[in-house]
Amino acid sequence: MANSKSAYSIAGKKQKNDTHIIVVWVDNEAGVLARVVGLFSGRGYNIESLAVAEVDQKENISRITIVTTGTPQVVDQIKLQLKKLVPVHKVADFKREDKNVIFKEMALFKFVANNEKLIKAFKACKNFNPVILDETKKSKVIQITALRREIDKMSKNLTKFGLVSVSRTGAVAMTRGSDVFK
Amino acid sequence: MPKLYSGAEIVFKCLEDQNVSHIFGYPGGAVLPIYDELKNFNSIKHILVRHEQGAGHAAEGYARSSGKPGVLLVTSGPGATNAVTALTDAYMDSVPLVCITGQVPTHLIGTDAFQECDTTGITRPCTKHNWLVKDINDLAEIMHKAFEVATTGRPGPVLVDIPKDIQFQKTKYKNYRKVKKLNGKSHDNFSQKNIDELIKLISKAKKPIFYTGGGVINSGPKASELLRELVYATGFPITSTLQGLGCFPADDNQFLGMLGMHGTYEANNAMYSCDLMINIGARFDDRITGKIDEFSPKSKKVHIDIDPSSINKNVKVDLPIVGDIKSVLTSTLKTLKKSKKNFSKSNKHQISNWWEKIQKWRSKRSLDYIGSEETIKPQYAIERLYELTKDRDTYITTEVGQHQMWAAQHYKFNKPNRWMTSGGLGTMGYGLPAAVGVQIAHPKKLVVDIAGEASVLMTMQEMSTAVQYNLPIKIFILNNEYMGMVRQWQELLHDKNYSESYTAALPDFVKMAEAYGCVGMRAKTPEELDDKIIDMLNTDRPVIFDCLVDKQENCFPMIPSGKPHNQMLLGPKDQKDKKITGKGRTLV
Repeated sequence: MANSKSAYSIAGKKQKNDTHIIVVWVDNEAGVLARVVGLFSGRGYNIESLAVAEVDQKENISRITIVTTGTPQVVDQIKLQLKKLVPVHKVADFKREDKNVIFKEMALFKFVANNEKLIKAFKACKNFNPVILDETKKSKVIQITALRREIDKMSKNLTKFGLVSVSRTGAVAMTRGSDVFK
Repeated sequence: MPKLYSGAEIVFKCLEDQNVSHIFGYPGGAVLPIYDELKNFNSIKHILVRHEQGAGHAAEGYARSSGKPGVLLVTSGPGATNAVTALTDAYMDSVPLVCITGQVPTHLIGTDAFQECDTTGITRPCTKHNWLVKDINDLAEIMHKAFEVATTGRPGPVLVDIPKDIQFQKTKYKNYRKVKKLNGKSHDNFSQKNIDELIKLISKAKKPIFYTGGGVINSGPKASELLRELVYATGFPITSTLQGLGCFPADDNQFLGMLGMHGTYEANNAMYSCDLMINIGARFDDRITGKIDEFSPKSKKVHIDIDPSSINKNVKVDLPIVGDIKSVLTSTLKTLKKSKKNFSKSNKHQISNWWEKIQKWRSKRSLDYIGSEETIKPQYAIERLYELTKDRDTYITTEVGQHQMWAAQHYKFNKPNRWMTSGGLGTMGYGLPAAVGVQIAHPKKLVVDIAGEASVLMTMQEMSTAVQYNLPIKIFILNNEYMGMVRQWQELLHDKNYSESYTAALPDFVKMAEAYGCVGMRAKTPEELDDKIIDMLNTDRPVIFDCLVDKQENCFPMIPSGKPHNQMLLGPKDQKDKKITGKGRTLV
């Protein structure tokens, strides 16, 4: 082996990364998001998207949904480290490929174009539950819900219909069927 | 109507209820109301340090030597930021600390007020948890929770940030009742099935080894007793990490010495070749594992730890057991005694080849060094210090560097909580203030800080604290005028380019001691060393002992970076035999 000029060992082989959706139930208190996000940045984990809101006002619980990538070992660490945080109640982890879990993101598209293009734009969105939220003669704001890569694709394809602005949320997730994650 | 207490009073009421007897601190604008209350609480003694980092390390020394949480009280802004190094150090080495910081009044938070900083933001990554108290009615609950978080599970530092106006406000104080469960953070998660599996592995192993760490010490003195019982009951060899020294007697034949980067030849080779590794309260740190891909390739690995996130973090293990060491060892011993009576006898034959192999490694005598009649070899200095102090119950702290490793190698610890060193963070300047804290916790005991001249200068101001409180700590400086470990790496890896590792203008430590109002001593030759050490031990005052040692000595054995355990670099004696000298050494 080459002479390493370091007091540390050399990085080992890289394993394959998977995409996971981590759902964290936390006390809704000051700084809790910073704790969770700081854990990710401090330990070098990825955050692809993030969605957070209070889900239980009585118990004061917020639900944070984080899309992340990492090797199985890293994803395990993420879960275990999250569970150590004092305001964290429980942590769920789903693989993106998991058929038993629904993932959705929402996006708002603003189109500025002539009427013909605006109609085409709305049609192009038809597979993703489009809702027109605002409309003028020259513009439309359309809301869609879809998967991340579908929204990626849409925002690329829709430029020809006068797409001028995109605003989107992080993914949220829920299991299918009657089971509730405990 | 119930009596109303101010926030400052509540802080002390809580400390009283938590049986805190000493706090380490430094006053300042944002904590003055708390300092004003100090006079009304006689059961709590305040130790005035000279720098907030010193308060933190002193509290660490106090905590590690006594098993109780250390408490520090500092002001806002610079007071808090100065404590950050100590908090991070405590976080890395799992030391329970409760840090109380003052903060600017709530209406000034966020205005860049004088001595304001985002204390909870800055300390978030270096504490188990922290709180900014925004409502006086939350203060008592937060204080008690802080102690609970700091001391339960894997211990660690916590911080409570109290704005100045909250310290003045008044409210009722409810008596403290201990809550059982902490937000679902349970700690003993193992089952009898885990233990049965462990016993099965133990009974099958032909080349077993115990690899123990600081977790055993954190689990309390009883855990060390149980560990000894288990090691004797199995007849297996045992090695320890830097932090675990003392949980098993170092002079016992079953003890292979410390493992890792500067561990013994026998310990590291046994780790590499074993077929069963039982990790008890250690965390597969990179200073221990060396090259991770080739770490103990043929062994089944068992990991007993209270922190589930320690398991499978660096090394994948076959049998994880999450629990407090004390309870895991209790169950293991119970099961072992029930299912296999006289196991150590019946098993003796099965592991006899293994012991033969270990004896062969041992015969390399990897800690040997070439002695000298003219200059004091640092290893010799520590050996003499050990020989002259071993009959007393001695507490040793260290700074960070070569002297720390030599102390770990050559000073033999037989009891837990006697060895305080900064392992995880590697904080130079830890040892002197830590010694202050240890001496506060154990006023009658001998406390020695084995130091390097570079490290000790980082927190030298705390000598003034030692003098103020009559703490007879002994600062035993192995003075080689170099940042020795830096110099060693530069020699081995950077073609002897000793870039900035020599301290050209060191103070005269003897005069310095006198300036502080304590006693200075100096030893220059091996001949006078013993007498001088005895002089030091007989001095009932703080002493700075300037021990002038060989400037070129390197710390061996050593696993060079990126190498597995079986490719150790041995000392100069061995290298002479193998004719690897000069340049060859840098190529290893």
